[in-house]
Amino acid sequence: MNLSLTNVCKSFGRGSSAKLVLDNINFQVNSGEFVALVGSSGSGKSTVMRLIAGLDTPSSGSILMDGVPVKGPGPDRGMVFQRYSLYPWMTTADNVGFGMRLKGMAKPEVQERTNYFLNVVGLAYAADKLPKELSGGMQQRVAIARALAADPKVLLLDEPLGALDLQIRESMQEFLYQLWSRTGLTALLITHDLEEALLMAQRVHILASNPGRIVRTVEADLDRSNLSHLRVSPEFLSLREDLAQCLRGLSQELVTSS
Amino acid sequence: MKQSEGILQRLNRPWVLGLSGVLGVFVIWQFIAASGAVDDLFLPSPISVLSAGSEKAYSGLLFKDAMASIGRVLGGYALSMLVSLPLGIAMGTNRTINQLLEPLLGLIRYMPAPAFIPLLIIYFGLGELPKVLLIFIGTLFFNTLMIMDSVRFVPAELIEAARTLGGKGLPILTKVVAPFIAPQVIDAYRINMAAAWNLVIVAELVAANEGLGKRISLAQRFLKTDEIFAYLIVIGLIGLLIDLSFRVLLRRSCRWSI
Repeated sequence: MNLSLTNVCKSFGRGSSAKLVLDNINFQVNSGEFVALVGSSGSGKSTVMRLIAGLDTPSSGSILMDGVPVKGPGPDRGMVFQRYSLYPWMTTADNVGFGMRLKGMAKPEVQERTNYFLNVVGLAYAADKLPKELSGGMQQRVAIARALAADPKVLLLDEPLGALDLQIRESMQEFLYQLWSRTGLTALLITHDLEEALLMAQRVHILASNPGRIVRTVEADLDRSNLSHLRVSPEFLSLREDLAQCLRGLSQELVTSS
Repeated sequence: MKQSEGILQRLNRPWVLGLSGVLGVFVIWQFIAASGAVDDLFLPSPISVLSAGSEKAYSGLLFKDAMASIGRVLGGYALSMLVSLPLGIAMGTNRTINQLLEPLLGLIRYMPAPAFIPLLIIYFGLGELPKVLLIFIGTLFFNTLMIMDSVRFVPAELIEAARTLGGKGLPILTKVVAPFIAPQVIDAYRINMAAAWNLVIVAELVAANEGLGKRISLAQRFLKTDEIFAYLIVIGLIGLLIDLSFRVLLRRSCRWSI
């Protein structure tokens, strides 16, 4: 699996009122990698995700999945949204099985795979609950199971933890990282939280705002055997500080230029 | 057990208060009627209204008239529900259809339905058809516009999630949009049913051989105010029953939305 973006630009609006939101985005995600894009609001990071998901089309440049241009959404790119996107009338199990049912998979198989992925996210006990009966963290785990159950080649995580409380965020970060390292899936994470990105992703791209562009790329080659240790390790903290300064510099630039 | 107690407690107070309000009015009414301050002709006592009503009920006339009115309402309103559903969904999902029809519907909606009665009588005579059609045109536009709005406010995430799971056009309509709007559609039907019930009485006041509205206009001719009151109460009770059955339907079929 290989996802590659080449010279991707995106502007909204037309003519003189057109606004460039993404300027020449280039990066790749290879099979089994965990890559993160970090940027503040206005960096167009969610737009990048929508372009990859096929929910929007780039103004120029190309997005290739295994060498094939992305044309519209498809189950090969599973997406987890920031805001809760579970179907409120479906139970946990029905939500997880939704993509498989759309594909026309046979009932017993849907059930079997649903159970499997509910176990993967640790929610087998909540199979018959409605989304409104679940906590925010649990809902996002269901959304992740739903995306995984459709058997995507790459999992697109669009600020999946953005709406959660700090405490739940930290445990969900561990959960996401364990999930990735256990299942060997390929993931692209978008977040405004530098720590979150560095904790999980092997490669982190820093996005500047107005227009959104990649200004720095870091190979975060860290020992992730224990994330809570990693959080406070000197190596991690100095890398985080280094990148935080880069991000601060960017927002400084924004203040003085405007 | 605990939950059923909760529901009971929640229902308990409003029910008691609501019933006390109704009973209170009857008591005051009886008191004023008994005091002789108002002529019996203008304000018959609740007891004489009750006896007038039960007399009509025993003779079978009440049932026959009620059935005639209910039949017209059901005919016209069923037609309105049937047509407004696809029309509202089409207007909510398709921009062209929306731009074509919304101004038109907005205009017709402000034409008072009873004003169509003369036209309907000229076109279709004095039979059942003009009454059924009056209810149809008097409720169609409200139902359609409310359904259109409910479709428009389906959260984008729910539709986009389905698309990233491999869903397209029709399956998204039947598996995402339809279940999401179901409770709002039922509620729109419930609210606009009141208009249907109003219109049938208006139609019968103008021209009919039977029906509750017809009975009221006959009672007026013979100055039988007790009968008028009795019929008014019956009309109110039937309306309340219809309203309640829509509420029960909503509770039963869309548990997730309550």
